[in-house]
Amino acid sequence: MTDLGTLATEPLFGLPLPALWFALLFAMLGTFLFLDGFDFGAGALFGVREDETERETVLAAIGPFWDGNEVWLVVFGGALFAAFPSVYADLFSRHYLLMFGILGALILRGLAPEMYEQRHDAAWQRWWGRAFVAGSVLAPFLLGAFVGNWLAGTERSFTLVGIVVGLAVTALTVVSGTAFLRVKTTGEFHDALGAYGLPAVVGYLLAVVASLGALWVTVPGLRAALVSVPVLALVGLSVLLAAGYVLALRRDHDLLALVASAALTYGLVAVVALALYPAVDPVTGATVQSAIVSTLPLNLMSVGAALLLPLIASYFVVLYSAFSGPAQPTEGY
Amino acid sequence: MVDPVIASRLQFAVTTIVHIIFPVMSMGLAPFLVYFTWKDIRTDEPRYEQLRRFWTKIFAVSFVVGTVTGIVLEFEFGTNFAAFSTTAGELFGGPLAIEGMMAFMLEATFLGVFVFGRERVSDALYFVSSVAVGLGTWLSAVWILIANSWMQTPRGYELATENGQPIVHLVDPVAAYFTPRFTYMYVHMQNSAVLSVSLFMAGVAAYYVFRHHVWGYSVANVGFWEATLKIALVALLVTAPLQVVHGDQYAQHVYETQPQKFAAMEAVWDTERYVPEYIVAFPTSPDQLTDPRAKELFGLGIPGGASWLASGGDPNAEIRGLNEFDTEPPPVAIVFWSFRAMVGLGFWFILLAFWGGYRWWRGQLLEDDLLHKALMGSSLLGIVAVELGWIVTEVGRQPWVIQGVMKTSEGVSPGLTGAEATVTLAGFVLVYTTLLGLYTYVVARIIRAGPPGGEDLRTVPDDRPDPSTPPAEVPADD
Ligand code: HDD
Ligand code: HEM
Ligand code: HEM
Repeated sequence: MTDLGTLATEPLFGLPLPALWFALLFAMLGTFLFLDGFDFGAGALFGVREDETERETVLAAIGPFWDGNEVWLVVFGGALFAAFPSVYADLFSRHYLLMFGILGALILRGLAPEMYEQRHDAAWQRWWGRAFVAGSVLAPFLLGAFVGNWLAGTERSFTLVGIVVGLAVTALTVVSGTAFLRVKTTGEFHDALGAYGLPAVVGYLLAVVASLGALWVTVPGLRAALVSVPVLALVGLSVLLAAGYVLALRRDHDLLALVASAALTYGLVAVVALALYPAVDPVTGATVQSAIVSTLPLNLMSVGAALLLPLIASYFVVLYSAFSGPAQPTEGY
Repeated sequence: MVDPVIASRLQFAVTTIVHIIFPVMSMGLAPFLVYFTWKDIRTDEPRYEQLRRFWTKIFAVSFVVGTVTGIVLEFEFGTNFAAFSTTAGELFGGPLAIEGMMAFMLEATFLGVFVFGRERVSDALYFVSSVAVGLGTWLSAVWILIANSWMQTPRGYELATENGQPIVHLVDPVAAYFTPRFTYMYVHMQNSAVLSVSLFMAGVAAYYVFRHHVWGYSVANVGFWEATLKIALVALLVTAPLQVVHGDQYAQHVYETQPQKFAAMEAVWDTERYVPEYIVAFPTSPDQLTDPRAKELFGLGIPGGASWLASGGDPNAEIRGLNEFDTEPPPVAIVFWSFRAMVGLGFWFILLAFWGGYRWWRGQLLEDDLLHKALMGSSLLGIVAVELGWIVTEVGRQPWVIQGVMKTSEGVSPGLTGAEATVTLAGFVLVYTTLLGLYTYVVARIIRAGPPGGEDLRTVPDDRPDPSTPPAEVPADD
C-alpha cells in the first residue's frame, strides 16, 4: 500500500475543492464556448459568403486552431466525469438523443473542411460546404439547449428554455466569429464582415432576455437566483460589453472586439453557474458537496490540473502566436 | 426494437472498433514523422521533405477522424453506461480527465503548428512540434489504457454501497493505475501500432515498386517509394518479432489474472492438464458451431501447447475450464477464433519481415514480385490484428465490465429505452460506415497523388504497354 499521508483524508491545503472544481468546470465550458465558439461562428459566416476566396480564407483562418479549441469540450467532459461522476452519468444519459445530436454536429463540423479541401469540383464543395455550415450552427445550438435544460432541471431534452438558450449560444458564436474573422482578414472581406457584428450581438441580447424570461416562467425555483445581485450585475455588464463590442468593430479595434466577445461568453457561463450553485444537478437534487468524488481522487486531480493547466495555456500561446496575423487562403502542409 | 443492453454493447463495439483505426495510424506514424522531420531539418535532402510532407497528410486526416470518433466514445460512458460511470467514476474519470489535459491538449495544439506552420516557425520549434504531437498521441494511449487495464484487473479500490448503488472508492492510486496489466497492454498496443503502420507503408510502397519494376509502368517517384519500402521493412523487422515474443508473455499474464478469459481463448470447458494448443478446431455437429471445442470435434493441435503458453514452458500445466466459474462464459467462439487469427497474423508478419529482409540483403528487394504482392495484400492486416486483439480483450472479459466487480448488464444506463438505443445504434452504423468510406477515399487519393514534387498519377496517362506483352519482359525505365 502506497503511503499517501494526508492526501487521502484532507483537502489539499484546506482548500474548498468542491466549489473550486465547480468553478473550474464552468471556466472550461466557457473557454470551449469562446474558443470553439468563434470557429462555429466562422462556420456560420462561411454559409452567408459566396465568394470562393473568402470561403477559403475562412477555412484557413480556423484550420490550425479548431482542433485544439475543441479539446476544451473533451476536457470539460473528462473533468465533469472525474469530479462529479454521478452528475456526468445522469446528465448525459438523461439527454441521450441531445448528446448524440451534439456529437453528430461536431462530426460534421470537424470532417467537412477536411473533405471540402479534397476536391475542387462545384457539387462536392457545395455539399461539404453545407455540411460544414450545418455542423457549425447545430453544435452550439444543441450545446446551448443542453446547458439550458441542465440549468432548468428538466428531464425532457427538447424544451422552450433549451431552444432559447440554444439560440443565444448560437448568436454568441456569430458575435465572436465575426470578431475573430475580422482579426484574420484584410481588405474588402474584412470590411464586409463588419456588417454582421451589430445584428449578431443584438440577437444575442434578445435571446438572453428571452432565456431569462423562459426560465422565470417555467422554473419558479430559479426566480430568486435570477434576480440576485451578481446575476443582475452580469446581465448589465453584458449590455455594456455588447455596446463596446459594436464600437470596437466600428473603429477597427478588432482584437478588442474579440476580447469583448470572450467576456460576453464567460459572462453567460457565469450566470448559469451562479444560478445553479450550490446544486449541480437540479433533477436529482445533487449539490456540489453531495456529488463530489472522495477526497483522495479529488486531491490527485487538483494536483494534476494545477500542473497541467499552466502548461496548456503555454501551448495555446505558442499556437496563436505562430499563426498571428491575417490568414492566407492557400496555407497548408 | 433491440434491448438497450445489447444495443449499447453493439454501439460501443462499433464505435471503438472504428475509432481505434485512427489512433493506430497516428500513434504508429508518429515516430516516423519525428524521424523524417529531424532528417528534413538536418540534412536538407529533398527526399526527407517529401517523406515528411506525404505522411503528414495521412497523419492529419487520421487525426481529424480520430478526434471526431473519440469524443463520441468519451460521451458514451455517460450516455449508455451511466450505471458503470457512477460506480467506477472515482477511478475511471480521473485518467480520462488527465488524458484530456495532458495528452489531447498537447497533440491538438501542436498539430496546428506541425501541419500548417512549416513556413511560419523556426526549424527548432517545428521539430519540437513534431515531437509534441507524437508524444501527445503516445500519452493519450497511456491514460486510456490505464483506465482499460483497471477494468481488466481492478486493484487499489474499495467497494461500498451508497444509495443502493455500488460505488468504487480509490484507496491506492499507485496500485490502481499502474497495474502489471497496464505495462503489458501499453507495450503490446504501441508496438502493434508501429507494426501496423510499417505494414501499411510497406504495402503502399510495394505497390508502386511493383508497378515500376515488375509491371513496367514508369513511376515518377519510384525513388521515394523505394526509400519508403526500406524504412518500413526496417521497422517491420524490429516490431514483428517483438510483438510475438511479447504476446507470449502477455498470454501468460492473462492466464494468471483472468483465468476465465484464458479458458475462453483456448475453449477449455473442463479443467485439464496437458491441454493442446489447437490451431484449428471444428465442432462435428452444426448446433455446436458457436462452441469450437464442444465434446466432439475435429481439431489439429500441438500437444501440451496451451498449457505451455499459460505457464511459460510447462506442457503439463493445468488450465481451469469454463465450467468451473460461477458466471456464464463469454462468447467462446468469438474469443477463440479472434485469438487464433491474431496469433496467426503475428507469425505471418515475422515471415514477411524475414522474407523482405533476406531479399534486400541479396539485393533482390525490387524484383521479387511475389514479395511485393504479399506486402500489398498485408498492408491492412496489422490493423485487422489489432481489432482481433481488442476483441479478445473485451469480449473475453464478458460477462464482466469490470472484472469480478460489475457485470456489463448492470452497467447500462437505467433510464435508457430500447427505442433510443436502437435509433443511435442505427445512426452510428450508418455514420461510421460513411466515415470509414470517406477516410478510405481520402487516403487513397493522397496515395494516388503521390508525394509532393512528383507527378500526380491521376493526371498521368496510362502508359502501360500493350497488355498482351508479358509484363516481366518490359524493361523498367529507371
Ligand atoms: C499487430 C497486431 C498484433 C499482433 C500481431 C499480436 N497482437 Fe496480441 N493484441 C493486439 C495486437 C496484436 C492488440 C493491440 O489488439 C491487443 C488488444 C489489447 C492489447 O493490449 O493489445 C492484443 C491483445 C492480446 C491479448 C489479450 C490481452 C488481454 O486480454 O488483456 C493476448 C493474450 C495477446 N494479445 C497475445 C498475443 C500473441 C501470443 C501474439 C502472437 C503470437 C499476438 N498477441 C500478436
Ligand atoms: C480501441 C480499442 C477497443 C476496442 C476495439 C474495443 C472493443 C470493444 C468491444 C467489441 C466491446 C463489446 C464487448 C461485448 O459487449 O461483448 C467493448 C465494450 C466495452 N469497452 Fe472496449 N474496446 C476498446 C478499448 C476500450 C478502452 C480503452 C476502454 C476503457 C477505457 C473500453 C471500455 C469498454 C466498455 C466500458 C465497454 C462496454 C461494456 C462491455 O460491453 O464490456 N474499451 N469494447
Ligand atoms: C474506448 C475508449 C476510448 C475513449 C473513450 C477514447 C477517447 C478519445 C477522445 C475523446 C479522443 C479525441 C481527442 C481530441 O479531441 O483530440 C480520442 C482520440 C484519440 N484516441 Fe481514443 N479513446 C478510446 C480508445 C483509444 C485507445 C485504445 C487508444 C490507443 C491505445 C486511443 C488513442 C487515441 C489517440 C492517439 C487519439 C488522438 C487522435 C488520433 O490520433 O486519431 N484511444 N480518443
